[in-house]
Amino acid sequence: MSQTTKTSYQLPIGPIHPALKEPVAFEFEINGEQIIDVSVSLGQVHRAVEWAARRRNPIQVLYLAERICGICSYCHPMAFALAVERAAGIQVPEHADYIRVIHGELERICSHMLWAGVAAHEIGFDTVLFLTWEIREKLLDLTEYLTGNRVTKAITMIGGVRRDITPDMYPKITETMDYLKNQFEKLRRVFLEDKTFKMRSQGCGILTKENALKLAAVGPTARASGVKIDTRVDQGYFAYGDLDIDYVTPDVLTGEVNGDVYDRIIVRLLEVKQAISLIEQALEHMPSGPILAEPKIAKLLATLKKVSGEAIGRMEAPRGEVFHYVKMNANEQVYAWKVRAPTYANIMPWVPMLKGQQIADIPIVAASTDPCMSCTNRVTVVKDNTTISLNKEELHQKSIEKTRRLVA
Amino acid sequence: MIRDQQLTPEEVIQSFQSAFPKDISNTRIERHTVGMKKIELQHLWLRVSRNAFKDVVSHLFTFDEQPHFVVTSGYDIDNTIDLVYHFSIYHGFRHKEQSINITVSLPKSDPTIDTITDLFPGALISEQEKQEMLGVKVNNIPVDKRVFISEDFPKNVYPWRRDEGVPEQYAKNLHKEKQ
Repeated sequence: MSQTTKTSYQLPIGPIHPALKEPVAFEFEINGEQIIDVSVSLGQVHRAVEWAARRRNPIQVLYLAERICGICSYCHPMAFALAVERAAGIQVPEHADYIRVIHGELERICSHMLWAGVAAHEIGFDTVLFLTWEIREKLLDLTEYLTGNRVTKAITMIGGVRRDITPDMYPKITETMDYLKNQFEKLRRVFLEDKTFKMRSQGCGILTKENALKLAAVGPTARASGVKIDTRVDQGYFAYGDLDIDYVTPDVLTGEVNGDVYDRIIVRLLEVKQAISLIEQALEHMPSGPILAEPKIAKLLATLKKVSGEAIGRMEAPRGEVFHYVKMNANEQVYAWKVRAPTYANIMPWVPMLKGQQIADIPIVAASTDPCMSCTNRVTVVKDNTTISLNKEELHQKSIEKTRRLVA
Repeated sequence: MIRDQQLTPEEVIQSFQSAFPKDISNTRIERHTVGMKKIELQHLWLRVSRNAFKDVVSHLFTFDEQPHFVVTSGYDIDNTIDLVYHFSIYHGFRHKEQSINITVSLPKSDPTIDTITDLFPGALISEQEKQEMLGVKVNNIPVDKRVFISEDFPKNVYPWRRDEGVPEQYAKNLHKEKQ
């Protein structure tokens, strides 16, 4: 009789999985229900946008950059525009800098609301998903009012923005912000005081401050671990330097930093509040002036064709710093472009977060960094030579069952 | 804490130049003002020779115990491959953060560079990406495997390289397609 000494088994999750909004492959080493180790493989949806940009002029690249991500469809073209403006020495008008803040913060609220719904769904609270997405709907209406679009906003232009925000538009913005403030208390109670939410998120998926620094985590993922890193405060780009803004870490609310899923929820909720305040401040202090450094696109393109040099564009996207590097060689096309989306930096921190957790925690821990990824449905468990498949519903069911067990 | 005594961009560049007098070149301090208060953004650029690269990166820790690694960019020009390592120091201090961009050139005949994952474990994905996209060889990389390109993609084809580039069969030129 052969003896089995192997106590752990492999659990591949992905490349297609419901907890991830974009394909990514995990390989978990599991002992019983507990995760011992994890490795991550990326690239299932690599679309070679950086390569495709070599055949386009900078203004065409704006629209390509906008399609990198549906949620951050403002941050990517804007970071690219910042890089090109710096390479070309274009000074953005102050009025446009303030409008840029408003769009950036509006996108942050939309993204955090979307995330809050997904996080609730992952642990079985679909009613909360509908609550948060109802709020997000109002914000998308506002986005449409200000940009003409709901998802790919097409508001960015090198040297400014494409549409103005005039005083007659302020009431609509204020009305939506007031609506959001009225809903905020409800959200705070659900996410921060509900017993079940606390049980599923406290002490779960911990990322220590040391690991966050070592693994170069960014955005709410890093700040929830107590790392004060936020490009808006660190560098004060756009008009952020004029406004009242500070680093949001969980100790602001609770007096302590645990770096768990609960802390990441706190940081995002507080950032929604902060974003409302920033939009209000921007409206209050908005200077008048033009919205573009050069309104004639043909003239702008002619200037850009002569630019030779390299520059970087950095801005704080909802998930953390988005970073673009651009090199131009006095040619119509962009010579080199590197895009570093925040999830790129938040992938490695997944490993310490997931180690020691249970299979049922995978969806909420993975979702807690708000990875910018799309989803469908397949999980396969391979045990020795036998393959057991867990589909989307079954894995989701496992997560719901854990919530029910804790409540019972 | 060293990071509490922040240096000015000039002092940072000066420190690099005195520590590595023969290996640092093309230094540049880029300043941009934004908003009504004219807040200044500071971006530092420098070029370093390959043999001093690792020591120059280690030197960042003399300014800040917690330097932040952002990403590595890269491109090829003629017979060299340029890698641009992007870091930042002094995050956590309002308007004091400095971006430091370090460029290193590698000859295409020997495109090797030392890993920095011992100093910045978070740099792994970035190093793997440069290996598969540009054909750079990173010495002592802890996990030597592909990250974005699938395993069935041919070896020795490096998509970002302009000299060889992507073979025609991998690119679908939609503008050439017949309707």
